[in-house]
Parts: sequence; structure tokens; C-alpha cells
Amino acid sequence: MARLLAFKAVIIINVLFSVCTDLAYCNNGRRGGDPLETEMSGFSVPLEHSFELDDVAKFQSRGSLLLKTGREPSVSLAQNQLSEDDRAKLKEVAAVDGLYRIRVPRVFLQADRQTEWQMEGYLTAFVRACAMVESHLSDVITLHTDVSGYLIGVSIVTLPGACRGTEVEDEVDLEVFNTTLSIMAPVNAPGPETALFLERMEQESEKKGKNPQEQKSFFAKYWYLILGGAIFLMLTNSAQPPAGGGREQS
Amino acid sequence: MAKLILLLLELCIIFCVVHAVFEDQVGKFDWRQQYVGKVRFSHFDTQMQSSKKVLVATESNVFAALNSRTGELFWRHVDKTGPEGNIDALLHHAQDAILVVGNGRVLRSWDVNIGGLNWEVLLDSGSFRSASLVGQQGTVKHVAVLKKAFISVHYLSNGHQKWIENLPDSETVDYQTVYSGGNGHVLVLGVVPHSHITIVVYSMEDGEIIKQVSVEAPWLSNIPASCVVVGQGILMCADSTTMSLNTLDLHQQTQMTQIPLQSLGLEADPDFHPSLMSHQPNAAQKPLSEFFLQLGPERYLLLQLNNGQIVTLRDFNPALLASFATTGEKTVAAVMSPKNKTACSINLFSADTGRRLLDTTLIFTVDPNGGKPEKLHVQAFLKKDDSVGYRVMVQTEDQTLTFIQQPGRVMWTREEALSDVVTMEMVDLPLTGTQAELEGEFGKKADGLFSMVLKRLSSQLIMLQAWIAHLWKLFYDARKPRSQVKNDISIDNLSRDEFNLQKMMVMVTSSGKLFGIDSKTGAILWKHYLDNIPSNAAFKLMVQRTTAHFPHPPQCTLLIKDKDTGLATLHVFNPIFGRRSQVTPPALPQPILQSLMLPLMDQDYAKVLLLVDDQYKVSAFPSTKNVLQQLQETASSIFFFLVDSSQGRLSGYRLRTDLSTEQVWEVVIPTEVQKIVFVKGKRPNEHVHSQGRVMGDRSVLYKYLNPNLLAVVTESTDMHQERSFIGILLIDGVTGRIIHEAVQRKARGPVHVVHSENWVVYEYWSTKSRRKEFSVIELYEGMELYNSTVFSSLDRPHAPQVLQQSYIFPSSISTMEATLTEKGITSRHILIGLPSGGILSLPKMFLDPRRPEIITEQSREENLIPYAPELIIRTEWFINYNQSVSRVRGIYTAPSGLESTCLVVAYGLDIYQTRVYPSKQFDVLKDDYDYMLISSVLFALFFATMISKRLAEVKLLNRAWR
Repeated sequence: MARLLAFKAVIIINVLFSVCTDLAYCNNGRRGGDPLETEMSGFSVPLEHSFELDDVAKFQSRGSLLLKTGREPSVSLAQNQLSEDDRAKLKEVAAVDGLYRIRVPRVFLQADRQTEWQMEGYLTAFVRACAMVESHLSDVITLHTDVSGYLIGVSIVTLPGACRGTEVEDEVDLEVFNTTLSIMAPVNAPGPETALFLERMEQESEKKGKNPQEQKSFFAKYWYLILGGAIFLMLTNSAQPPAGGGREQS
Repeated sequence: MAKLILLLLELCIIFCVVHAVFEDQVGKFDWRQQYVGKVRFSHFDTQMQSSKKVLVATESNVFAALNSRTGELFWRHVDKTGPEGNIDALLHHAQDAILVVGNGRVLRSWDVNIGGLNWEVLLDSGSFRSASLVGQQGTVKHVAVLKKAFISVHYLSNGHQKWIENLPDSETVDYQTVYSGGNGHVLVLGVVPHSHITIVVYSMEDGEIIKQVSVEAPWLSNIPASCVVVGQGILMCADSTTMSLNTLDLHQQTQMTQIPLQSLGLEADPDFHPSLMSHQPNAAQKPLSEFFLQLGPERYLLLQLNNGQIVTLRDFNPALLASFATTGEKTVAAVMSPKNKTACSINLFSADTGRRLLDTTLIFTVDPNGGKPEKLHVQAFLKKDDSVGYRVMVQTEDQTLTFIQQPGRVMWTREEALSDVVTMEMVDLPLTGTQAELEGEFGKKADGLFSMVLKRLSSQLIMLQAWIAHLWKLFYDARKPRSQVKNDISIDNLSRDEFNLQKMMVMVTSSGKLFGIDSKTGAILWKHYLDNIPSNAAFKLMVQRTTAHFPHPPQCTLLIKDKDTGLATLHVFNPIFGRRSQVTPPALPQPILQSLMLPLMDQDYAKVLLLVDDQYKVSAFPSTKNVLQQLQETASSIFFFLVDSSQGRLSGYRLRTDLSTEQVWEVVIPTEVQKIVFVKGKRPNEHVHSQGRVMGDRSVLYKYLNPNLLAVVTESTDMHQERSFIGILLIDGVTGRIIHEAVQRKARGPVHVVHSENWVVYEYWSTKSRRKEFSVIELYEGMELYNSTVFSSLDRPHAPQVLQQSYIFPSSISTMEATLTEKGITSRHILIGLPSGGILSLPKMFLDPRRPEIITEQSREENLIPYAPELIIRTEWFINYNQSVSRVRGIYTAPSGLESTCLVVAYGLDIYQTRVYPSKQFDVLKDDYDYMLISSVLFALFFATMISKRLAEVKLLNRAWR
């Protein structure tokens, strides 16, 4: 039984929390500015943002993403503070329910050489500017790669995500980004679990073989039910011979 | 062991939802219609006077025999789709029908009477050119098949090859036709384009080349298109450049004789390519010396070749179609000529003289909502007085077959356009007149007490009148024998039934013909043919206004888009009557990228349709002031997405108040690695009753119900079986956030996806295990709901939990859809169309990633089925018992007024309509429900209470006195 339970735990972890485990390992590269990261094989790309009153995107640098290439790509972020003008603008944009957009260039993370990682075009995402303000610039940015290591999408959410119209008085709250950054590769979808199923079946039959309790015949275990049934039948139909119990078996 | 048995019993009791129908229910709630497709070849079975068969071979690779009295199918053989099953030729002789299939791959002989296969032979490879029956000494015993490089002759009786011969110089000469005049020779005609014709004469006995001639013909490039053989083996060709007929005696001459049309006194249309039509009644005899010459789109001439001279027998001007038919020794020519705008007349003429036969006029009424006549198939027969009678089968552009008998009685019509349904919708029927009257009373604005009272009285009066009429009808019908009482469904007495089980099926076919079909009986209530539909059109059908807004008529809009140019047109119509709507749709000069229905309505309750053109400008339909104002108000919350699968680009846009758009997100999937094959959202009319699932420990696991979620399926470009994969991306359509990204390794398409509620089910081919597999993804928010009142994509910071499980499926599938009910309380089933023609209703319960590997008390509490890797197909899950649906291409589901019932239409070559009850009929009393018992028990109880109350009172009173 203990073995079975262990199996169960493994499966549940496999199936239920595959995403969560991924998240955990992806988050190891959060918080920017670590000088060690730059020395490893990697490169940096700009992370740009735009928030304009007329909603025409004008991207400016927000920081730089340091991407470590290879089999297990990781990412870290070094970003600037918001200037006073930007803070004011962000609040204004938030007041008219404008958008706060970010973009990163498309890159190929598995590239060996510097020239290969660059690709044409950008990946963009947005949140409402008011959510950015009300969350005091705490956002979660996730970079998604495909199987072969191409960056295919970026997403940004703020925590908390809602716009409740609360005023942010303190200018200091809008100075420093509090960013959680992660990079996610696709999860391997499970195939049909034939091996485990067969193993389970085998175990069950083995267990039955060992346990004499289980091997008791049907009659041995349910004789009282059958007897009761037979008596009941006899009472209801006195013409019926007491062999009526035999009918129960079929 | 016993535990297992008990468990199984328990499982059976809990999970076995029985779908099988009882014998007496067959055909009660379901119907099937079988089609054959657009007719390419047709032959009347003329071996017996009383034969009722029409043999048809169609462009859908179907060979069938129709009953010429009723139009029903005697038998039907459905071959493979695509070029492999393409029917190249149909030859008919006595009891045998010879078919050449798949570009000359197979030669088959069918028995016409019973539709059984006589024999089948595989032919040597080579592209097919022509086939012909070969007669000798008055009997037909062989069939000759001409391919690019050789000719082979087979016995009709068993298909064995009599001889096969290579064609001389087949690299340079393009052999196109084979001909036999019944004299022991087989002639093969080939052409070197713009140079000469080559005629090779083979001996029928041993395939020896008897003669080989080349004849100068620099203007000729295609023999079947411009030449026919008439009379004693005379090749007659029409030359459109010099406007002349050229004759060549195949047996004697080596040079063509040119006869200018002008010398016959004929003027030809300069733009028209004249064509010829001859007739060979029997392969063992020579063709007739009379032939038709078509000189213009509406002009035919019956000509005769007489000792090298061409004689005009009759000039048919105007004439739409002409055809020959033979019965016994007599051959007649049938000519269809336009009479007026709505009718054509067909007349018979004697083929030898061109004289009109008396009393042979037949009127063909042209459907104003149909297409023009395209082909005429004539069945001639000898009457008792030895005169010729005939019936015709007219084939029109809209793929309709109409069978007409003299003097114009339509015996049957077949709408073969329905063999290729592209998309469909089900629309509620309107209320009855009285119901509508009452509704209208509430709909109108109040204008004074007195008039309101009057209105109320008048509507009450109308209701009374209707009720009396109904009673009278009941009384009247009761007197008639039951067989005569038949509820004829017509467009006038259509009304919604009590539970809204009867609906109007609006079907759009690839030929551009629209149909309105009653879902209860399958009767076609209206049809409308849209001409000038491009051949590669994509259709999208949308219901803009339902029937719920009386007195405004319901309104459907069909978007027809040319796939190459992107240019689109709108057809707006009333789905109940099929009539074009009064509303003029906007002209769309720009290519259209995307269309979306908004939940916004204008003042006339029509939903707003937004069309995005290639300049990313948005136009609205209807575009009244009211709509534009509403759009301006809500613009900041209207998002849409575009998919460019050629570049792997998914981009999201937001509407601006000036109806321009701005891009807000972009996801790019590199096309070098994978290509997008599907983007599937959820159905907008879907309801989810339960926000969560109750777990074994009584806590609730909340579903992630994002209405904007898109399931994007990709396939790898690398098709190697070790490296190929299928990618599944779940993207929020508003924010572009990738919610989940998974790859199914060692898998390949074709992929079928169903996306609904909080789950995505997809099916793929596993290259590793070489089998079909199902996978299910379910999304859960977790034990707490982030914001239980409203879902907003802009405010859901936490990613959902993703659960996934896969299963083996023992069959390949054609299409997949989920059931849909009114309120979403009923459990869901997945309807799977199998290539075998079955439609399987698989409970979603079996596709549940929470199915446990090890059974625990909690999972049992939750009614979870223990995980088993294989999904077993149970025969009682087939909802269409023996009513197989050939080549099922799509399944449409619609909710009915009953929560338990879902209406299902499966379409492909056939159309099948039925109802399914995924959780059984929990809201319907059974047919054999004992009303008497329940009411008598109720009454008895009622009286018992009364009596006991009275007795108690008396007792109390007595006690008080004591």
C-alpha cells in the first residue's frame, strides 16, 4: 500500500503541478543587476516601454534583459528608475485609462553565435496604465519560448491587477520597478500512461495472489447474504425449493 | 475479486448513461438524407421498358442508382475522396456499368440491378485518356481503355485483358480518343498539337496495327473538345478560327475536307467556340449521321451528313440545351428552349428528319431562386401506340436534379448541393400568430388607457378565434381516417413548439446555394441560389437578429470571401423565409481580414457586425448613428485578434473611438519550426452552470472560465517521426498573454480540437506508438476565486492550474464537437464523427485529467472514473445506430428549450439530424408515465386528509365535552 501511495504522489505532482514546478525553476533568474550573470554566455536585449496620452506607441528604454542562452535559458533584468516626468505622465495616462505597453525584440536563445540570435520584429504586451500605478509598479513579466528556443511571446500582469481608482499619493512608490521576471519553455504534454497502468494491474493481481483473505470465494464471503436471500425467497414463495440460493450466483 | 465486481457494478450504475434508442423510436426524432453530389455522368437504364433506374456518377466520387419514379437511392457506392477515387468514365451496356476510377487506376464493372460488383481489375499505371465500349458483329463484348502510352482491351464478362498494345510514338503524339464503329477495328486518335492528327487502327482480334495514318490539322489541339465521329466513321471537327467544319473519313481519306460555315448559310458568333454533339446508340453500330452543332450560347443546329454533304435539318434559335435519346430503333432529339422568364419548354424532334413530334411539349419551370439549366438527360420510351414518349432529368447550375414527366409534372427534385454543406446555423422558429400578437402588445409603446384596453380586447378575440379554429380542426381531423391526417409542414404554418425542439436549419453549401430545412422532418422549406460565388469562397454565417424581437424579422448575414483576393460580399436574409432582407449591406471595397459579432445591439435589436479590412479600419454593419455612438462608448473594451498563419503572427488590436484600431499585443511563432493550423475560441452562446467542481473533501475547485481564451494548435514543419510534434498554446485573446504552452512530442496531425468551458480536447496521431490519441487540458483557478462576480482578462494576474491527461483512442476520427444545452447544467458529451459513418457520443467524464490512477475514498466520492489508458468505444454510444453518415465533415450542435436535450446535425455527403440527451431526459416525464395513478393517489390523499381532519375535529369536540 505504501508503494502505491508513493506512486500516487508522484503522479499527482507530475500531473497537477507540472506548471508550478516549472514556474519555480524559471524564477531563479529574477531581480536584475547581478554582475555575475553577464559573464556567462549570454547577451542583453533592451526592454522597452511606452505610455502616451494619445496612445500612439513611443517606446523608450526601461531596462535591459540579460538572457543566458543554452539548454536551460534564464533571464535577469537591470532596469532604470522612472524619471519625474515619466511618473507624472504615467499618472496622467492612468487617469485617462491609457495603456502601458512593453516590448522586447524577437530573439533566438539557442544560438551559438552573437549574430544568430537577433531576429526581425518585436513582441509586445500591455496592461492598463492605472493597474501599473495602483500596484506601485509591481509587475510580473513572463517571456515564453517555443520548443527550439525562439522567443515567441511576452506577457505582463500587475499584482494586484485591478484598477480601483485609489490615489497614489506618494511619488516614491512610482520610482522603482518591482519586477518578477521569468522565462518559460513549453511543458511536455503527457502521453497515455500505459506503463503505470499495467504495473498497477500487475500489482493488484499480485496482491490478490498473496492475500488469502482476498482469495476467499464469493460464497465464503457472502454466504449470509445468499442465505438471507434464500430465506426471503422461501418465505415469499413457499413453492420454491430452497435451492433458490443457487440462482443468486448467476 | 468481489470488490472488483462490486466496483464495476457501482461504476455501471453511476456512469453508464444509456443512449441507445428503442426499436419503435427509430426515425421518430431523427432523420437522414443521402446525397450523391454533382452529377458528372448519367445513364438511364433502358434494357427494360419498366426499368426505373438512373445511373449517376458524380464529382464527389459516388456511383449510385436513383429511382426515377421517386428520386430515392436504390444503391450507392462511395469511393475514396480526392483524385484517387475520381470517376473518369462511366460506360453502360445492358446489365453492366463500367467505371474507370482514379485516373485510370482501376476498372470496375457493377451489376446495375443490385449494385453489386461484378469484377475489378487494376490497370497498368499511366494517365487515363479515354474509354469506350467495343462492339463486333452486333454484340458488345469488350471495353477499350486508352492511356497515355498504351491501349488495353478487356472482356466485359470478367474484366480479363484481351490484349494490350503500346501506342506508337506516344512521347510526341498525345492520344486522346478511342473509337469503334462495330466493324472489328479499334481506332485510336491522337494529335500533335498544331501539327497533325495520328490515326492508329488496331485489329480487334489480336491488337495488331492494321493501319497508321497522319493527317494535317495545324489548327487542332484537343480532339474530344472539338471533334466527333458521325455516320460511317467520319471525323467531324469544328474549327473556331476559320469558322468551318472539317470532315475526314477515318477509313479512307488522308486529308481533311474543309466546309466553311458560310457555305452552309450559317453565321457564327465570333466569340463563341462552336461545338459538336453526336450520338452512338449502340457501341456495336455506327453512330448516327445526324449531329448537333452549337453555334452560340443559345443556338443549336441539327445537321445531317449525307454523302459528304452537310444538310441543315433544323435551326433551333433560341435553344438552351439539346440532347439525343434512343428507344428501340427510334432516335429523337430533345431541345430545351426558353419560353418566358420563369419557364422553358422542351420538345422532341425526330432525329432523321428534324420534324417536331406532336404532343411532346413539356414545360420546365425555372426556379427564380435556382440556377440556370446546365444539362439535359432524356429518357425516351415507346408508348403502346408506338409513338415516342419521354421524361427528362434537368440538371441546373445549383446542382439540382429535376425529373419531369409530360406535360410538365415534376416527379421529384434532388438538391445535390446539400452534399457539400460548408456551414450552418439553427434559428428558432417564430411564435404563432397569437403569441406574436400578445408579444407585440407588450412591445409597443403605451398610447392611452382606452386604446390599450381595445388592443387587449382585440388580441383576446384573436386568441379565441384561433382556439376555436384549432378545436374545429381537431374535430375535423378526428373524423378522417388516421392515415390521411398528415401535418404538412409549409412555411406558413411554421411555429415554435412548446420546448423549442423544432428549429430552422440554415445551411450554406459550397456551390453558393442556401437552404432552410425544417429540423423535425428534414423538409426543405426554402432555397436560394447565389450566383457569381467564387469557386474558392469561404463562408461565415452569422445570426444578427434572432426571432425573439417581434415585430422585427430575424436576420442572418452571410459573409462570402474570396480566399485569393480577400474581397468579400455580404448577403443579408431572413432565415425563416430565405428572402433577401430589405437592409442593404454595405459595399466592401477592401479585402476583409476579420469579422466579429458584438453583443451590442442597435435600436432594432440587430447585433452589430464589425468588419476589419486590410488597412485595419473597422466598419460596422448596421452602421446607424445609434450603433456608432454605442461603439464610441465601448470602443476601449472592444478587442480583437488577427492570425497570419503564413508568418506565424498572432496580433491583438483594440478599437479606437474613431473606428480605427491600434495594435496592443503581438505573439510570433517562427514558421521555420512550426505552423499554426487551428485557432479555436469558445462558442459565444455557451453557458456554464457551475463555476467549480466539488471535491471529495467538500472543498470547491474553481474552473478557469475565460471567455476570451483561444486554443492555438501548431504542427511542426519537421515531419520526421522522431522530431515531429504538436504544439498547444492557450492565449488570452484580449491581452495576448500565453496562459499555457505545451508540446506533444512524437505526434502529428491531423489534429481535431474542441474548446469549451474550461477544457480543451484534442486528438492527434502518435508517431511513436502509431495510434490515435486523445488529450484533454483542463484549467482551474484553484480553491479560491479571484473575482467571483465578473471575469476580466485585464484583471486576472494569477495563471490558472493546468491539468492534462492523455488516452488511446482505437479509431481515427473525421470531426469532433461538444454538446451544447440551454443552461449548461447537463453534463457534456463529445460527439465524434468516425470515418466509418458512426457518430459517437463520448461522455466528457471519460476525458477528465482528474481521473485518478489509484482509487481513493475521495475520488470515489467525486465520482471520478479510475484512469485507464484506453478509451473504449461502446456500441451503445453510437447515436445514429445504423444510419451511417458518409464522409462526415462537420457536426453542429444547438441547444433546445429543454435543458436535457441537445440538437445535433451531422453533415458530410449525407445529412443526419437527431437529439441527444447527455444526462438522460431528467426534465421530461416518460411516455408511459402513469398520470392516472399519480392523480388518483393525490386525490385519495387529499380526501383522506379532509376526512381525518373532520374526524379529528369531532374527536376534539367530544373530548372537550367530556
